[in-house]
Amino acid sequence: MLKDITIGQFFPGDSAVHKMDARFKLCMTLLFIVMLFMGKHLYSLIFGIVFCVLALVLSKIPFRLIWKSIRVLLPILAVTAVLDIFLIDGGDTVFKWHFIEITSDGVKTALLMVIRILVLLAGTSLLTYTTSPIALTDAIERLLNPLKKIHVPVHAFAMMMTIALRFIPTLLEETDKIMTAQKARGASFSEGNLLQRARSLVPILVPLFVSAFRRAEELATAMECRCYRGDVGRTKMRQLKAAGRDYAAMAVTLILFGTALVVKIIF
Amino acid sequence: MKIRIQAEDLSFHYTDEEDNAISPEILKDLSLTLEAGSFVAVLGANGCGKSTFAKHMNGILIPTGGKMLIGEMDTADERYAYDIRQHVGMVFQNPDNQIVATIVEEDVAFGSENLGVPPEEIRQRVDDALKAVDMYAYRMHAPSQLSGGQKQRVAIAGIIAMRPSCIVLDEPTAMLDPKGRQEIMKTIRMLNQEYGITIVLITHYMEEAVQADRVIVMGDGNVLLDDVPEEVFSHVEEMKQAGLDVPQVTELVYELQKSGVQLDSRIITEEACTKALLELFA
Repeated sequence: MLKDITIGQFFPGDSAVHKMDARFKLCMTLLFIVMLFMGKHLYSLIFGIVFCVLALVLSKIPFRLIWKSIRVLLPILAVTAVLDIFLIDGGDTVFKWHFIEITSDGVKTALLMVIRILVLLAGTSLLTYTTSPIALTDAIERLLNPLKKIHVPVHAFAMMMTIALRFIPTLLEETDKIMTAQKARGASFSEGNLLQRARSLVPILVPLFVSAFRRAEELATAMECRCYRGDVGRTKMRQLKAAGRDYAAMAVTLILFGTALVVKIIF
Repeated sequence: MKIRIQAEDLSFHYTDEEDNAISPEILKDLSLTLEAGSFVAVLGANGCGKSTFAKHMNGILIPTGGKMLIGEMDTADERYAYDIRQHVGMVFQNPDNQIVATIVEEDVAFGSENLGVPPEEIRQRVDDALKAVDMYAYRMHAPSQLSGGQKQRVAIAGIIAMRPSCIVLDEPTAMLDPKGRQEIMKTIRMLNQEYGITIVLITHYMEEAVQADRVIVMGDGNVLLDDVPEEVFSHVEEMKQAGLDVPQVTELVYELQKSGVQLDSRIITEEACTKALLELFA
């Protein structure tokens, strides 16, 4: 059951998007997000959509997968859209019945918001779908490298992220085991009211935390045995090298971004 | 590089910040020399100090009395800390708790990366190490997709990539199934014979200890027996007193001797035992 949870899921492949330098992908994703939220006009959304569709096609990730990540958020999206439609006033009145009034501005805002979020989800999930967690952590570490000058522990954060990702499956497996063990002793996790259910989690969390701390202690010793001393004198096996395709993709993104900016200024 | 490991009157207890002892003496004037290229098994009941001794060999613990020398380097000298850890690699019981990265080859590279080896050479070392433990085909897998024995071999590969002269394995097979145990023992023997790496194997399994060139039995923070396996296991009474078993074959020979059958007490392998028994009946 718990094994179905996938955080930052990665689907290996060798499309152009998969092969791209993770640093570029990360920067482009950030530009993409800014691009989406920049304009208040429908026109300015077009550039974000173009970017998203281009990336999707190039990545060869089946649309079904993207849909899976979007589907979960549809109910929330629907509720916010309805609230937007009814609560935002302005522009022409489209529909009026007693105190309920729907205005053109309300409809517009709702529509914009829904498209924005859908495109945002599709575009950003593409980043984790096409980039291995380790490449992503690596990219973050290198992009934030300048911050080391002002004593931000960039390497330590990247290391923590790697270890956290590494132990997600291990701890999920352990949780499953503990739950089975507690069930065998008559514990029930699906009965009673909310408070009772929350309380029934305590016998799972306590052993889980104890074991996590024990693991941390052992892992620390093992890391020390392998000469770990932070990033002092450390090299990396995987070298990130930007290729022609990265610069080309970045150029396209920047053009889209620039045009979106111009459109925002004009309208 | 050939490096001899030498413990001179080693004693150890845990201390608090003010150097007050907060545990009884765990090691008591222990003296030992481990020759380069040998395969040594260390046996002992729980709490006899064998894991504590192992942690002294790469300077994770510093002796409170006596000296631990790795070649010419004293573990108490902080300048040598990383050289010593590079020379003496360590593999622990739980393979899950010693794998750092989310991809097999990244984890194998971890140690060499810490040592500051140039990237191209790390690549070479990682490939060599993975081939040596027969895990090359799994280099892009996530550790969670592997079996216990495979994970433990990845952990060993991570140590080999650091090019150590000695590997200390602290009960590496305790959490594995019989198949995983065999894989690890095969890997360990190969590393000793083909790469000439000194192996120190701490174990609870007598069948594993039999495969070593030398068996050291520890009890109460010191060495009780120290000899070739044939000699050590012939001391059945002493082994039992130390809270240990002997291999099944030795047990059989011992029981037969007690009931008056003439047999050589140095028999520790099944083949030797079958042969001796067949001769008896012939």
